[in-house]
Amino acid sequence: MSNGVLHWFRYASPQSFYPLAGRLLPWFALLAALSGAAGLWIAFFVAPTDAQQGESYRIIFVHVPVSWMSMFLYLVMAGWAGLGLAFNTRLSAMMAHAIAPTGAMFAFLSLWTGALWGRPTWGAYWVWDARLTSELVLFFLYLGYMALHAAIDEPRRGDRAAAVLALVGAINVPIIYFSVQWWNTLHQGASVSLTRAPSMAATMLAGMLIMAFAFWMYSIAAALARVRAIMLEREAHMQWTQELQETAS
Amino acid sequence: MSWASATEFFAMGGYAFYVWGSFLATAICVTAEVLFLRGRRAQALRRVHAEKLRHEATA
Repeated sequence: MSNGVLHWFRYASPQSFYPLAGRLLPWFALLAALSGAAGLWIAFFVAPTDAQQGESYRIIFVHVPVSWMSMFLYLVMAGWAGLGLAFNTRLSAMMAHAIAPTGAMFAFLSLWTGALWGRPTWGAYWVWDARLTSELVLFFLYLGYMALHAAIDEPRRGDRAAAVLALVGAINVPIIYFSVQWWNTLHQGASVSLTRAPSMAATMLAGMLIMAFAFWMYSIAAALARVRAIMLEREAHMQWTQELQETAS
Repeated sequence: MSWASATEFFAMGGYAFYVWGSFLATAICVTAEVLFLRGRRAQALRRVHAEKLRHEATA
């Protein structure tokens, strides 16, 4: 028991997490590439044409996974931010900060692909609907988190201020998720639910889940790559970064 | 496979703009992020090196 705790905290310092992240990174990148290729193959060559929406429905294979990731990454980011506030560990805040840009990218893509799907199916790129508006708020929360952090010169103070924003903003994630149930909305209900049978063809569901897995692995790889850069930036004056092989020349 | 020809594949049943607009935007974002991350790492490594030289000069 005590061994497990010790082992866990060993990686809580940037110095020991940096090489571990470097070793893990290529594997997550490889998984992302392989599952992404498989997912795209299913999306375009295996999944049948939709009876109602024709080929436009194929946007689902990117829209649903990026939307899931935008919400999931926010919760992970807020979780790391909360850990950073509670335990004041350097790594937690760095992890939260490393996730934010990737999360913002997925939130943007969710809105973008949603607009391109909304036009042919609803006749409008944008409507002020509960689901769409709360996702837009999520995008702004990511941008606000990054802007607030960037606006405070002292990184450790910036970490704490941004962490509070991240935690308060987390309330928005369940609002997005349940918006289609709580309000009358143009947006369709959940595509996948644990409580009822899938409402779509098995190949469509498989393609969507594989794409979601690909984006998940990609997000981990991107966050690991970014956290490594953040560690070097913030601890450039420390002995451990200066002793790294890769900084020799 | 549901496509008779490459033309039909790229036409996406008349929804080419919407379908390719979604997938292309995603591909561009992901590629751009990977390039940004590489640039950021290279810059961070240069910064550590500069700090090291400064440290050695003052030591």
